[in-house]
Amino acid sequence: MAKEKTKLLRGGLQKVPTGVVGLDEITNGGLPKGRPTLVCGGAGSGKTLLGMEFLVRGATRFNEPGVFMSFEESAEELTKNVASLGFDLNRLTASKRLLVDFVHIERSEIEETGEYDLEGLFIRLGNAIDSIGAKRVVLDTIESLFAGLPNPSILRAELRRLFRWLKKKGMTAIITGERGDNALTRHGLEEYVSDCVILLDHRVTDQISTRRLRIVKYRGSTHGTNEFPFLIDERGIVVMPITSLGLKHIVTSQRISTGIPRLDTMLGGKGYFRGSSVLVSGTAGTGKTSIAAHFVDAACRRGERSVFFAFEESPSQIIRNMRSIGIDLQQWVGKGLLQFHAERPTVYGLEAHLASMHKFIEEFKPKVVIVDPVTNLGSVASEADVKAMLTQLLDQMKFNQTTILFTTLTGAGDPLEQTEVGMSSLADTWLLLRDIEIGGERNRGLYILKSRGMAHSNQIREFLLTGKGVDLIDVYVGPSGVLTGSARMSQETRERDIELAHQKEIERRKLNVETKRKALEAQIASLRAQFQAEEQELKKLTEQEKMRQNGVSQLREKIAGMRKEDENSERRNR
Amino acid sequence: MKTKGAGGPRINSEPKKDIWELRLYVAGQTPKSLGAFANLKKICEEHLQGKYHIEVIDLLKNPQLAKGDQILAIPTLVRKLPPPIKKIIGDLSNTLRVLVGLDLRQRM
Repeated sequence: MAKEKTKLLRGGLQKVPTGVVGLDEITNGGLPKGRPTLVCGGAGSGKTLLGMEFLVRGATRFNEPGVFMSFEESAEELTKNVASLGFDLNRLTASKRLLVDFVHIERSEIEETGEYDLEGLFIRLGNAIDSIGAKRVVLDTIESLFAGLPNPSILRAELRRLFRWLKKKGMTAIITGERGDNALTRHGLEEYVSDCVILLDHRVTDQISTRRLRIVKYRGSTHGTNEFPFLIDERGIVVMPITSLGLKHIVTSQRISTGIPRLDTMLGGKGYFRGSSVLVSGTAGTGKTSIAAHFVDAACRRGERSVFFAFEESPSQIIRNMRSIGIDLQQWVGKGLLQFHAERPTVYGLEAHLASMHKFIEEFKPKVVIVDPVTNLGSVASEADVKAMLTQLLDQMKFNQTTILFTTLTGAGDPLEQTEVGMSSLADTWLLLRDIEIGGERNRGLYILKSRGMAHSNQIREFLLTGKGVDLIDVYVGPSGVLTGSARMSQETRERDIELAHQKEIERRKLNVETKRKALEAQIASLRAQFQAEEQELKKLTEQEKMRQNGVSQLREKIAGMRKEDENSERRNR
Repeated sequence: MKTKGAGGPRINSEPKKDIWELRLYVAGQTPKSLGAFANLKKICEEHLQGKYHIEVIDLLKNPQLAKGDQILAIPTLVRKLPPPIKKIIGDLSNTLRVLVGLDLRQRM
């Protein structure tokens, strides 16, 4: 005991983990050790369950046996009620880790005849605590004593004494109380139990119920002050402390493919950042789901796990539709890489959606998450709520470096660049899909409105859904504006025709020149031949002349020889 | 109050062979429990002479017995017999209410 006291002094307020998912985070460690905590809330807000889970987790995880003193339900009823949550009370009772004591008071059987005290309850509780060495106590709902026993002033004094006694015994206790009209509890229990007060709320807005939890006060400790949505499902209570994450996530510059090669090129050649958030917005039928499917397909190809939260179509419908554009998602489902989580938004409240998504993600640990379309959640909550929820989801994603792609549906007539719940500021990359209406037809166009932290294309691309998936092609941008679809095709054909004509013309001219050249060459050849002939003739003439001259001199000699006198004369001349 | 004991003989004549089994739960020798026992004894002698049986249970000695009769308040008097079971809490100083509680007297 003395040791414990010094420990208390040194470490400030000691806390006992409840084991309830999320509650220990918002209370920074659990409930105050050795003190009573008041849990109040209306009927069906989950008070009993919170108390029971506190004991069950204590017994199974923290080796702290507990006593559950029930004033409303019998042990059998309780056992049955919590069995659906996976709590086996019989086993815990048999192994002396839990003791359920049903205190039953029948007002009609009781007559008050003078002063009394609740020593019987003290003895009973003390006996229960001692018999299993309990560290935790739950009193559910002690206020029913006010209905069962007369003389409230005695009861008040006795309850005050009870809480003091529990404190002295070092019991970490949960006392539940019914929510009062203007006070936290109907009989003002908060006056006596003032260390820690937790308020549970079960609200119905637009026929959708949401459960919320709030720490009203926690003496000597910091705690989350918000209202936290919580969920009761097959694993007990799950509180969502997501807002506590904040903007502290570490980012990576790793890039991952979008699954569409051309889109990768548009995004600086590498695709999205890992752990970023991608918003795909567009009007109905612009191919938002197809872009998401491509991304999922690419992730699964890399061997990464993905989750597809569908709020509009059933998994098999998505798989069938994506097969029509050549994406086989079924194979990834079969390999366990892809999980679908399809639900109508209206099945439960936004918080419950968030909680179940959160839990799903925590368990499956996907690398890629798709929410399609996030705007459908707007049908169960206000825009601000959806945005808040999305912020929480994104924080969680970024914290785990999971890439999230969410689609939003822009209603007809709404401004295209204004997403329904102002979610654009949450997105790191925003792809806008839009219809381009020209020449009596609608075609899809895609552009990147923003992409934080990367160079990206500013070009509009025509978005085609083919049997081999999404294809992005350049739109025709010319003097007559942006053209898509058949207008683009006819324009392209027209251009091709003109081009062809041009080419023909050039070819024709080439041919022309060629013939000309040939003609010229022929001319040159004939001229050369003429020249050669003339040359030949000249040669012949010269030769003849030579021969003639030779012939003349020979003849002259011959004649001279014949004359003889010439020789003489020659001598004479000499 | 004792003058209103007129109802006593009427009751006395009604159940003849019945033995009244009464159990008084106390926690130690506190003034309240001692007072309650004294008050009970007096009432029984007055109204049920010779046909009652009082058992005093000290929960400090037998804490596990508190569960059986669903005892919270101390002192509690339980009428085991005749049925139905009746519970009277407090130190039994209000004799009229004790008599009403034990069905020894009609409610006014």
